[in-house]
Parts: sequence; C-alpha cells; structure tokens
Amino acid sequence: MLAILAQAEKTFFLPPGRSTVAASHDGLYQFVLWMSVIWLILIAGVMIYFVIKYRRKSPHDKPVGPTHSTAIELGWTLPPLILVMIIFVWGFRGFMDMNQAPNGATRNQVIVAASKWNWSFTYAGGQNDGTLHVPVNTPISLVLTSSDVIHSFYVPDFRVKKDVVPGRYNKTWFQATEVGEYNLFCAEYCGQQHSTMVTKVVVQSQEDYDAYIRKLDEIIMTMPPVELGKRAYKVYGCKQCHSLDGIAGTGPSWKDVFGKTQTFADGSSRKVDENYVRDSILNPGKDLVAGYDNVMPTFQGQIKEQEITGVIELLKSISANYDGPILDKAPAAPGDEAGADAGDTSGGGNDETGETQLQE
Amino acid sequence: MSVIQDQVKVSGYGGQQGPGETNYINHSKGIMSWLLTLDHKRIGLMYMIAVLTAFLGGGLCAIALRTMLYMRSAPDVAPITTGTQDVYNQLFTLHGAILVFMFIIPAVPAILGNMILPLMLGAKDVAFPRLNLLSWYCYMAGATFFLFVLLSGGLDTGWTFYTPYSTSTSTSVAAATMGAFILGFSSILTGLNFIATIHMLRPAGMGWFRMPLFLWALYATSIIQVLATPVLAITLMLLAAERILHVGIFDPALGGDPVLFQHFFWFYSHPAVYIMILPGMGIISELMATFCRRQVFGYSFIAFSSIAIALLGFLVWGHHMYTSGQSAMTNAIFSLITFSVAIPSAIKIFNWLATMYKGSISLATPMLYALAFIWLFTIGGLTGVFLGALSLDIMAHDTYFVVAHFHYVMVGSMLTSFIGGMYYWWPKMFGKMYNETVAKVAWFLIFFGFNLTFFIQFIAGSQGMPRRYADYLPEFAIYHQISTLGSYVLAIGLFLVLYNWIQSLVSGPKAPQNPWGGNTLEWHTSSPPPHENFIEDPHVTEPYEMRAWDYDESIDGYVYDKAKAIELDKQSQH
Ligand code: HEC
Ligand code: HEM
Ligand SMILES: [Cu+2]
Ligand SMILES: [Cu+2]
Repeated sequence: MLAILAQAEKTFFLPPGRSTVAASHDGLYQFVLWMSVIWLILIAGVMIYFVIKYRRKSPHDKPVGPTHSTAIELGWTLPPLILVMIIFVWGFRGFMDMNQAPNGATRNQVIVAASKWNWSFTYAGGQNDGTLHVPVNTPISLVLTSSDVIHSFYVPDFRVKKDVVPGRYNKTWFQATEVGEYNLFCAEYCGQQHSTMVTKVVVQSQEDYDAYIRKLDEIIMTMPPVELGKRAYKVYGCKQCHSLDGIAGTGPSWKDVFGKTQTFADGSSRKVDENYVRDSILNPGKDLVAGYDNVMPTFQGQIKEQEITGVIELLKSISANYDGPILDKAPAAPGDEAGADAGDTSGGGNDETGETQLQE
Repeated sequence: MSVIQDQVKVSGYGGQQGPGETNYINHSKGIMSWLLTLDHKRIGLMYMIAVLTAFLGGGLCAIALRTMLYMRSAPDVAPITTGTQDVYNQLFTLHGAILVFMFIIPAVPAILGNMILPLMLGAKDVAFPRLNLLSWYCYMAGATFFLFVLLSGGLDTGWTFYTPYSTSTSTSVAAATMGAFILGFSSILTGLNFIATIHMLRPAGMGWFRMPLFLWALYATSIIQVLATPVLAITLMLLAAERILHVGIFDPALGGDPVLFQHFFWFYSHPAVYIMILPGMGIISELMATFCRRQVFGYSFIAFSSIAIALLGFLVWGHHMYTSGQSAMTNAIFSLITFSVAIPSAIKIFNWLATMYKGSISLATPMLYALAFIWLFTIGGLTGVFLGALSLDIMAHDTYFVVAHFHYVMVGSMLTSFIGGMYYWWPKMFGKMYNETVAKVAWFLIFFGFNLTFFIQFIAGSQGMPRRYADYLPEFAIYHQISTLGSYVLAIGLFLVLYNWIQSLVSGPKAPQNPWGGNTLEWHTSSPPPHENFIEDPHVTEPYEMRAWDYDESIDGYVYDKAKAIELDKQSQH
C-alpha cells in the first residue's frame, strides 16, 4: 500500500526524473517526505488527542502534571537526531554524485553563456545555439559563464541546478536518460525579464545529435549576412531588449537606427555607423543612449566577427536612414577555404528554434 | 494572622484600581505626551501602530502579487509586457523588504516585548527608557526612507539585495539600504535595552530560572540582534559604497566578488530568521502554560534550546548558497550544522505537547493560535529538513518550495504566535475584552487560508516552479490559481482580526485584571496597568504556579490568593 502511494506521490510532488542522478535524489525525497508525514501525523495526533482528553471541564480546574524528566528529554532527542544524521549522509552522497562529473564528461563540454535574459550554448566545435541539444545517455559537462549578473542554470527534470556567476566559471554536469524536450529555467532572480529566461534542453539520439551539429555547421557557411544577423539577434538574446519594428523596449529599437545620429546620456552624439554598432556590442557601457539604462551585457568573447557583420547588415536592411548596398547574398559555396575553418566561422543554429523565437 | 490573610485575599491586587483612576493610556494627554514619552507601554503602543501599518502595506503588496499571478493563468493570455514585469518585480521586492525589515523582525520584540517585558519583571520600565524612545524614532526614520523608495522609482532587487544586480539596477537601492541600515539601529537598541533590563531589573526572588520563558526567548533574540545586525549594517554600507563610489567589492566588473555579498548577507539574515521566530516561540510557551493551566514541561530545556538556537544559528548561513559554487566540503559542513539546529526546535515542540498532558486545556482564542503554531511550525521545520539535505536543496533552491518553507515558518509560525500573543495580552494592554466568536471565525479563516495558500507551493516548487517569476509555463497555472484563492481567504481572516480589535477598543466589555489565570507578573497589576506599572510590589513566585489564582464568576477573571501562593512557594522550595 505504502509502495503504491509512494509511486503515486512521485509524479504528484516531483516531475519524472530524466537523468542519472534523479533516482538517488528522488529516493531521499520520498524518505524525507514520508518521515515528515509520519512526524506530522504523530505530533498533530497527540495534540488533538490531548485537546480532547484534557479539555477544560471548569474554570476552577487546578491540574497538576509532570514538570520535567531528563530521561524523557534525552529519549525524545534521540530519534530526530538519528534521522537527521541519516538524511545528512544520504543528502551529502547524492550531492557528491551531482557535483562530480564522471570521467569522460569533458569530451562533451558545452559552454553555457547566460546574459540578461538569454541562454546561449556553445558546443565543442564552436557551433552556437539558443537551445541546448545533447545526446542521450552521454555525460555532458557544462561550463557556466555570465556576462552581467548572477543567473542560475536549472533543469528540474534532471535535478540539476548551478548558479551562473559573473567573473568565475562554475561547472556542473548531467547525463540525460530519455529522449525528449525539457524546460531549462533561470532560477536566480536577474532583473526585469527573469521569468522569460526559459529555454529548452533537447535530448536526442546520437545520430540525431550528430545531424544537428552538422546542420549548424552548414547553416553558417551558407547563410547570407543579413540572415546571420537575424539569427544572432535571436541566439544571443538581443531580441529580449531590441525590437525590429520601431517599438522601444528595454533598449532602443533597431529600426531606422543605422545612419541616424544618436544622442547620449552625457549630451554628446555620434552617427550610427559600422564602428558604432561594433562598439555598442563589445563595449555597451561606453556610449549610453539617452533615455536608457546601462543594462546591456557585453558580448565580447561570445559573438563572432561574422555575426557582428551580420548584425550590421541587418541594421542596414531595416533602416530608412541608409541607402547603400546590403550584403544579403550567401557567401561562397561550402567546400572552399571557409569550409576548412568551420569551427571559427560558425555560430549557426537550427532554423527550427530560430523560427519559433522570431515569432515571439 | 488569619485576619491579615483574609484581607490580602479580598483585596488581592484587584482593589488597586478604582473606576476613576488613571492608567498609562489616560495618564497624561496631548500628542507631545506620546511623542516624548519614556513609558515602555506607550512606546510599545506607538510601535504597534507603526508596525501594523507596515504590515498592512506589505500585505497589500502580496495580494496584488497573487492577483497578478492569477491573471497570468488564463489559457489565452497575451505575452507579458515589460511594464507588467517591472511592476511585479517591484511588488515582490517591497513586499519582502517591508515585511521582513519593518514587520516580522520588530513585531514581537518591539510591540509585545516593550509592553510586557518590564511588567513580567515587575519593573517600572526598561533599563534605558530614552534609548527605547530613540529606537522608535530610528524605526520611523527607516520607514521614511522606505516611503521615499516607494515614491522615487521603487526597488527591484528582492529583499536579499544580491549583487551585482543590486549594484547595477537603476532603482532606489541606496535609499532602501539606508532605510534598512537605520531600521537595524532600532533593532540593536531594542536588543541592548532588553539584555540590560533582564540583567539589571529582575526583582528579588526571580533568579534566571524563575524567569518566564518569554523573557528567555527575548533574551536570546536580543543577543542575536546585537551581534548580527551590525554585520548587515556593514554589508549595506559596502553595497552603497560600491554603488555610489564605484569601489570594487562585490561587482566582478570592478574586480569584486558577488558571492562575498551572499556570505555577508546571510551571516546576518540566517540569524535574523531566529530573531523572527524565537520571540514567537516564547509566546507559545506562555500560551501553553496558561491555557493548559499548569507548569510548563521541561522549562530548562525550552530555555536552553532558545540559547542554543541563537548561537548555532550563527553557523549555518552557508545553507543558502549550496548552488553558488562553494566547495563541496563547505557545503557538507553547513549542511551538518543546519541539521543540528533542527534538534532544539524539535525539542521545543515535544515539550509543548508534554505541557498539554494532564493539563486543563481551554480553547480560548490565544490557545487556538498556539495550536495552529504547532501544526504550521512542524511543517515549516520538517520542510527545513528537506532543504538542509544537500541533494534535495540543489533541486529545491530558489523554487516555490523555499518560498513555501519560509512562509510556513515566518508567516505561519511567527504571525500566528504574534496574533496569539496580541489576543492574550490584549485585555492587559487595553483593559478591554474582544468578541470571542468573531475572533474564532477569523482564526479559522487564517488557518485554513494560510494552508491553502502555501501548502500547494511545496508541490509547485517540487515540480520545478522557480521563484520570483512574473510569468510561468501553463503547467504551473493550477498551483498559482489555488494559491491566490487561498491568499484571499487569508486576507479576509486578517481583516476580520483587525475589525475584531477595533470593535473591542470601541465597545469591548471591560477586562478583569487577570482573565486567563496566568501567574507571570503582568497579571499582578490592573488592566490596563497604571503609569508606573505596579502600585504595590508584585509577589514573585514560580512563573507558572497558577494554583493560587481562583476563578471568580462575578468578574469572569481570576483573583489572587496570596497566602496560598506563599504556601505553594514554600512547598516548591523543598
Ligand atoms: C538586457 C537588454 C539588452 C540586450 C540583451 C541587448 N541590448 Fe543592446 N542595448 C540595450 C540598451 C538598454 C541600449 C541603450 C543603452 C546603451 O547604449 O547601452 C542598447 C544599445 C544597443 C545598440 C546601440 C543602439 C542605438 O540605438 O544607438 C546596439 C547596436 C545594440 N544595443 C546591439 C545589441 C546586440 C547586437 C545585442 C545582442 C547581441 C544586444 N544589443 C543585446 C539593451 C540590450
Ligand atoms: C527548523 C529548522 C530549519 C531548517 C533546517 C531550515 C533550513 C533552511 C534552508 C536549508 C534554507 C535554504 C533554502 C534555499 O534557499 O535553498 C532555508 C531558507 C529559509 N528559511 Fe529556513 N530552516 C529552518 C527554520 C526556519 C525558520 C524558523 C525560519 C524563520 C522564521 C526560516 C526562514 C527561512 C527563510 C527566510 C529562508 C529563505 C529566504 C530566501 O531565500 O529569501 N527557516 N531554510
Ligand atoms: Cu537569469
Ligand atoms: Cu537560513
């Protein structure tokens, strides 16, 4: 009976576990849960029983009861003490498993870059995307970096959480046990759009995963700069703050910006050209656009040159203040020298995630 | 001999206060007689008005928050706007900051402690009455800063002020930290005053182990207030220095370490959670004794567990940072010590239950709150055990599980003990009784509404719902809907309490000197007490020896039989 109940509780309280550490975590959870239920029933039961049994009969009552007993005090200290020590050891061992990546996990290392309010994942080959794709039954090691404030990498189905702290590299790992899509949340409050800092972990078979990585490589080599810019706009989370349609958000809209003269908080001004855009991306605090806060994270070290070019071309393509040429043709076909250097030039993503994100 | 005894019995202390005589409330008149008062009871009353106003403000924020979350549950809801997100983030910050710094921390010590502590000691006042008044002004000054924050762009850092977000946001962090800094002084001054008062002003015959347990709890609380609050002050000063002067302390962009802030912050704020709960536990000990009408079981274990909690509470702050990247060894040590703090809390529960054994249990309103406390604190403490366990906390940290946990201990336990204490000492403070039926209905609404609001959040959190989210995935909608409905029930219950109190002030029947039969010294003077607390020195005996108080139907209260008290005291000395 208890076992059946425990089974039912499992999905009632916890989402089904989809990683190798879930079993140990869930076992302890069940243990503490049932221990708590028993203690609660015991305490509440005794309390209610006493309330009924020793209910005041008359205001003249002058009851006398026991006032102390060292033996009893020590006696009832023991059970909770033993229980919490068991829980401590169990919890510690579970934690060590969560904490210590198995050998070989670093072969599948993903760099997780968190910034206000976006996740971006860089795979071992340098490819880059806004959703995290991993092969099933393979230990994945994660290196977490933040370019602004503290975020926290959280996938409930995998029972994994680790803060992403600026100025240091935190590490964690997981090994997914089932193909599927799982939610990935930011768990540490990080400002305005914290609650939208949610993306997916896509767990795939090894073949599907390999195909996905190949596709990322291809996209980069074949994509016209304007398209590459649009993709960077989504993958790096520029869209959280910048719109393409003229409506100001947390940051200024990108519509009609290129070629216009921008005024800054300190009263100075500058014409928006290629260098200005580049500066804005790599060193956003420098020229603060009047009327906006200094909240844009730097993308130094994350965004690639081709992608900056892409963003510049994208800006040109949606600006009425610019009437020069726009690079909207695909670069040279795959196979020539660009292909030999795929790791460097890539930054690709799968158009599937790209599309859904653009609609938002 | 017997004639004298009879006289004592008849006059008891009951004859002290004739109808036309003055008490501390009508002792002197005019606004200045309040603003410059050195009377601990009047300062307690002024604290009551200020702190309850803060409670109302913080509570309304909560209702607004829950309503916003409810509105996000519609299946066809439009994408959330940045404006809505800003409002939500500011509301949860103000809610937390106001209720933690301006309500939960000061509520019991500053209101009930100020009112009752000197009375329980049979003293005329606290040791430093001027310092006491100063602490109220500090509170008001700190509150003014928060008011300023409210009017000047708000605050969106969460009550925890985590860096580097708090050093980079454009909201009024400097003003808010200044406010919390000044409020801290109010807390330190109260703590100092209580420590000195308990050391210096105990009456002849009251050794440490004849002190009511409420005083032990206030003593333990005061130690934390005096030792921990300065750390918060320093932390907030460093934060302000970084924001204003750009000194790199916490912000990695300036060469600082953001996790250092968390260490500083929790080094204060974990002990602070015991500032919140210990006085509440003290109240529960009083209520248990009086409404079971018998000696507390395990007096010295309860007293020492307060001190143990206060001291061990300084060594567990790291359990708020298991996921921050601190070393596994650090995590293990903090986890181990965290569990050790759970033990004294469990001991208290067992002792209260044992106090009920063979008692004469009255279900008057204050006792109902004490019973609710046991239920809520048990849940809060047991879920603390989940969070103390390393692997479980990795999953639960920064989710609604933690939100539910601390609301069970802070709101569930601390608030019920506070309201229970208010009802218990209400007749003493104001000399009026309240409507018992309304009080009980309100109790039920609060108890039911509270559990409805927060129990479901354990499930939401276990399922992975992160905290501080203005919006959420559709699978979490049901939890938010239930929680919001519960919060409305809870709010109605709380407003009913307010109505109950106001009605009592306006038209409540006159309270007897001792309506419950308690024997701690505040019941040895009239209700409300005179300006100087006691006309005649109270008779000090065992604090929970209630058998010398006889019920008198004509006044619906208890009358002291001093001769009997002397005799019982003699017996107990053997
Ligand atoms: C957290 C919100 C946020 C994100 C994410 C963000 N920005 Fe910004 N951005 C701003 C704000 C606010 C400003 C205006 C203030 C300033 O100049 O720093 C700005 C300004 C700019 C400007 C100058 C625009 C002008 O009108 O002068 C450019 C170009 C820019 N961002 C590019 C990007 C790119 C490219 C990305 C993604 C790789 C990005 N931003 C991501 C908030 C953001
Ligand atoms: C009885 C034993 C208790 C244990 C073992 C315990 C344990 C914990 C742990 C481990 C956390 C960290 C959770 C996390 O953030 O991941 C936590 C959070 C918290 N606890 Fe407790 N707790 C106990 C009692 C209390 C009491 C009595 C109070 C207050 C009255 C309290 C108030 C809080 C608060 C305010 C937080 C989190 C605040 C925040 O993150 O904003 N706890 N508790
Ligand atoms: Cu985040
Ligand atoms: Cu803590």
